[in-house]
Amino acid sequence: MSGLLEEMTERALAKNIPLTVQLDLTYRCNERCVHCYLDHDDHGEMTTQEIKQLLDQMADAGVFILTLSGGEIFLRKDFFEILEYARWQRQFCVKLKTNAIMIHEREAARLRDIGVESIQISIYSHRPEVHDGITLVPGSLQRSLDAARFLKSQGLRVIFANVLMVQNLQDYQGVRTLAGEMGVECTLDPTITPMMDGDRSILSLAVDHNALQKVFRDQGLVGDVDEFCTIAAPGDDNSLAALPCSAGHTACYVSPYGDVFPCVQFPLPTGNIRKQRFLDIWRYSDQMNDVRSIRLKDLTTCTSCTHVTSCTRCPGLAYMEGNMRGPSSQDCEKSFARTGVPSANMLAKKRTSANLIQIQVLPAAGNAPVSGAIA
Amino acid sequence: MSRLYVARNPRVAARSLDGEMMIMSGRDSTLFTLNKTATILWQAADGATPLDEIVSEKICREFEVQPGEALHDAETLARELADHGILQISEQPISPTTSMAGGSR
Repeated sequence: MSGLLEEMTERALAKNIPLTVQLDLTYRCNERCVHCYLDHDDHGEMTTQEIKQLLDQMADAGVFILTLSGGEIFLRKDFFEILEYARWQRQFCVKLKTNAIMIHEREAARLRDIGVESIQISIYSHRPEVHDGITLVPGSLQRSLDAARFLKSQGLRVIFANVLMVQNLQDYQGVRTLAGEMGVECTLDPTITPMMDGDRSILSLAVDHNALQKVFRDQGLVGDVDEFCTIAAPGDDNSLAALPCSAGHTACYVSPYGDVFPCVQFPLPTGNIRKQRFLDIWRYSDQMNDVRSIRLKDLTTCTSCTHVTSCTRCPGLAYMEGNMRGPSSQDCEKSFARTGVPSANMLAKKRTSANLIQIQVLPAAGNAPVSGAIA
Repeated sequence: MSRLYVARNPRVAARSLDGEMMIMSGRDSTLFTLNKTATILWQAADGATPLDEIVSEKICREFEVQPGEALHDAETLARELADHGILQISEQPISPTTSMAGGSR
């Protein structure tokens, strides 16, 4: 984050202003990514008018950075109408997340004319058989890359977003090389998010400990490996008073149905803009204020963890595990892979599982059991 | 002496935060903040009101400054903002159509 943006974020935090919002325009999608956490059926998306009213409310509330995402945003027939309204009528700084397979020369030129800050495109591999095997759409890699070239030719900022999973574990270097050749930025995220309905089966796609270790020791990705993998100093009163993340503090998420959540990865309903004003939900929702009240020192288990001040712990993932003040196991795994030191949560689970091991010495005939059988 | 007209560049992103404008350039995504005087100038820059009128009607009423000095400072500021692609300046009124077509990333 730039120094000035950091300063603005601090001021927004002090004034309780939602500086950043992700608005998903639809959950419908023209790809069927194997790791996707969304239900792609339309359960009653906001109309064009409802979205414009929401944009008015968000602008009045002080929202500056607006990420339009989905689902696939270009599936909405009114997408450009919404985008033009956001940019020209309400002056948002707009970022787009898309698979880009519906972007051709004409759409790229139009995005340039409207003016968007960046376009993030999901690219999972440089190899068509791997990328298309994840999206389940033949030819999708080629179409996404063609779109990236159209956008670059218009001078737009393009970012490849790569989610690391079992299927594409070997290919992240290839994606980075491809991005470099095309002059686009590239991000890599090893987080697999559970389905929004709570189904955790897709977590089986997440890469294992050894793979994570390898990624975290890749100098090309993390820079100074020793610095990246170092164990943070123990938390003091100041660091433990810190906020867990920006969710609910300077950022939130709105679904295509008008539901407001602290973050896209934090499915705690806080209100619906069809029933309440955006700013009222942001300021007065009990759930939003509950999220807002959490400090690192309030976390169960994590407060005593070695990694408490350096962990990427996601409160949304923790919430999906059952407790927004609890640990997020995926982030425990990351901290462990990064430093080699297991988290407090992992140690606690190990103790629990050790207690569950049932070892029973078989009694000699006619004798009572020697050791107490456990559960 | 010709009058100067100023218009907000519609290609930038802008939001008022605690009374000061936060502006992201559409040219290179650089972030700027405008102080209170520059914010008044930005908000009044409709392409139709001459800069000297903005200064006398908005800035001089808000701050205790001499009109001549204020206009000189405002012109300097307007040209700086124009250099960053935040404002458009012209010796003719700037129509919304003209300003909409201006500049590319």
